[in-house]
Amino acid sequence: MEKILTGKKGQKLLLLGDEAIVRGALEAGVGVASTYPGTPASEIGDTFSELAKKAGIYFEYSTNEKVATEVAAAAAFAGIRSIVSYKQFGFNVATDSVFPLAYHGVRGGMVIAFSDDPQCWSSGQSEQDSRIYARIAHMPMLEPSDSQECKDFAKLGIELSEKLGIPVLIRITTRIAHTRNVVSLGQLKKGKTKGDFPPKYKLESKWRNMPPKIVQVHAELNRKLAKLAKTHGKKFTTLSGSKKGARFGIITSGVSSQYAYHALEELGIKAPVLRLGMSWPLPEKEIKDFIKPLKEVLVVEELEPVLEREVARLSKEANPSLKIHGKDLLPVNGELKPGIVLSALASLKGKKLTALEKHKKMLAKLHPPPRQPVFCPGCPHRSTFYAVKKASPKNTVFGGDIGCYILGIFEPHETQDFVVSMGATNGICHGLSKTTKQPVISFLGDSTFFHAGVPGIVNMVFNKSSPLVVILDNRVTAMTGHQPNPGVGITGMGEKTKELNIADITTACGVDTVVTVNSFNEKAIEKTTKELLKKPGVKVMISKGECRLLFRRRMRKAGVKLPTFEIDPKKCSACGECIERFGCPAIHKDKSGKYYIDQDFCWGCGVCAQICTKGAIKVKTKPAKGGGKQ
Amino acid sequence: MTFNLIVSGVGGQGVLTLAAVIGEAVLQSGHDVKVAELHGLAQRFGPLSTHIRFGKKVGSPLIAEAGANLLIGLERLEVLHTLKYVGKDTSVLMGTREAVPTILYRKNIPYPTVDQVIAKIRKFTSKVITADAGERAKSIGAPEVTANIYLTGMAVQMNLLPLKEKHITNAMKELMPKKILQTNLKVLKLGMKDAIG
Repeated sequence: MEKILTGKKGQKLLLLGDEAIVRGALEAGVGVASTYPGTPASEIGDTFSELAKKAGIYFEYSTNEKVATEVAAAAAFAGIRSIVSYKQFGFNVATDSVFPLAYHGVRGGMVIAFSDDPQCWSSGQSEQDSRIYARIAHMPMLEPSDSQECKDFAKLGIELSEKLGIPVLIRITTRIAHTRNVVSLGQLKKGKTKGDFPPKYKLESKWRNMPPKIVQVHAELNRKLAKLAKTHGKKFTTLSGSKKGARFGIITSGVSSQYAYHALEELGIKAPVLRLGMSWPLPEKEIKDFIKPLKEVLVVEELEPVLEREVARLSKEANPSLKIHGKDLLPVNGELKPGIVLSALASLKGKKLTALEKHKKMLAKLHPPPRQPVFCPGCPHRSTFYAVKKASPKNTVFGGDIGCYILGIFEPHETQDFVVSMGATNGICHGLSKTTKQPVISFLGDSTFFHAGVPGIVNMVFNKSSPLVVILDNRVTAMTGHQPNPGVGITGMGEKTKELNIADITTACGVDTVVTVNSFNEKAIEKTTKELLKKPGVKVMISKGECRLLFRRRMRKAGVKLPTFEIDPKKCSACGECIERFGCPAIHKDKSGKYYIDQDFCWGCGVCAQICTKGAIKVKTKPAKGGGKQ
Repeated sequence: MTFNLIVSGVGGQGVLTLAAVIGEAVLQSGHDVKVAELHGLAQRFGPLSTHIRFGKKVGSPLIAEAGANLLIGLERLEVLHTLKYVGKDTSVLMGTREAVPTILYRKNIPYPTVDQVIAKIRKFTSKVITADAGERAKSIGAPEVTANIYLTGMAVQMNLLPLKEKHITNAMKELMPKKILQTNLKVLKLGMKDAIG
């Protein structure tokens, strides 16, 4: 990762799209970077976190995406070049502050880099196409199609933003964010980290937008973007293949373009391809020129028919008889793949893909057993869910939220009855507590608590409901790659800071009953859950236990071996408690049905020994001093 | 000509580490390369596969159906899950390590045996090689998780992976912490030696 900073001009590095964006920003002389982690964009922030100190710039993991946006905007107000990054749902959180920014304007160049996630590889809530945001935000949107363009566009985006005085959006998708490819580096530029907020800007009415002036600013913005399409449309548009005499062509952007090139090559079809690097404002002239001589066009894009509708609109003037294909042949859901685009193009061109069809038929007959992601061995969430579920009446509603604990959706836990958005469990559980007679338990993690969980708890107290809130405090933002949060005591720059105390905060919110339990103590969690469920009003149970991955890494560094456990076959009755209800992936059955613990995967939490109905599980190798205790 | 490699396994088996090593090795050999990874759920014992494409100029980050030249499978159920990319020209190099998803016990679904998996692969390609990669690595005191490097050694030796040993070792030196490097280099050698038989 260090090379992203030390790499010289002309050097080639293998970089993720996310990492390439960081290099591009550093080449543009960025001085401030902020984020709230979210996969697939997490590595943008993580790379800054690793490099910021050495690069002499400022970086922070903010409490949420809205705050992160405000931090980067402030830098840009003060004339410092800045970048903020998040995943698509993070953009949703940030919109309240993003949308006014173009009206308001920036002095330093500011890029908002975000990643959509077609196919929902890391996004449980919705398959969102955020391209539409560019239109509402009145900001240019750049769409790189590989890591090289990620780097180049990040740099160009910051420069363009500064020139225009409005932030620039860079939209990537999972396959861009998480594909490593070769990037040729440019020259680094030392960014300034201190600017000013000069009095004259305070006086300029532009910076204090109010009606009726805001309506005029709106018109100005639209004019600015229309002008940008004319001045920069060509610069961000790539035409490949020959247009001469062509009757058919493809319009595409982002990673979809790679599948389009692949399909043309596979089928031996020669056709021009227009790839849009700037999808907003639309390079109308370039699109019109491209479609004018064509009879038929295929728009290759993932998710919604955003470009297709625009092409249809532009064709009315440029080529009314043009046949437009897109979502008649390609899916609106799921990510595109080379085979999907190949099949679409083949069917359009009347070509048969016999081998591929045969292959698909063979695959359909396979029916391989399933595998789904599970909690790691020793995960504090597993033991918390197991004990809370055991202690709760059958009709209990379990509110779910965003984090590793979302895996509680699956069997055998089934302790995430709904998952909507960051912190939403608290609002919804309050509502359910008001509208049902069922016991309601709201689960959320430590980082989610700080991000958007607090207002929901305040609301419970204010409006008098009585759920039990269980805060799963695993001392880190785990799912997205172990970033620190306000409860951890370390900043994104690696500096020590105040460790915010969740118990104190919930108490200050007016919750009278706040209990902290050890995530690895089954009996204590069961007992506390039962007691708290009987109490009226809002109750908070903080289940504290370090993420086992992190703990293991820490112990390994310290040279401390963790204990492992084993099952005494003479005592084991094969009741299924440890496998079927606790669900630890380290516990297995051999061919004769005997239970055993796979020593390669036992991470030594010892909770199985606590829950075993026959007392058959015991320590195999004892921990060295201090090992295994959390 | 683009070479298409899939590495599949279970999160935690070193799929991403191997992908990074091979990607870096290709870079050292002077070719273009794309490595499509998935993060987030990677460490949560979930199914995991990465697509590595290299050659003169690589476009699509993903391999097309039946389009892999080589599949390195670190776990057999995940080999079945990646047969989508296996065609008649694909070589499959599979470690025999078991990782039974807990859900199978609960649903009473049998975990496929090595022979059953081989029989299914044979419907797609005749080129299947299996190895007790993890056990072999353990025999020289290396951890189970170095099975990925062991299989890479085999693939290089058997010319299933068109990369030179020196590029792989250079990439390992570049990417692996010193503490584990020596062990991994030994495992690479062992894989190469075993491939000769």
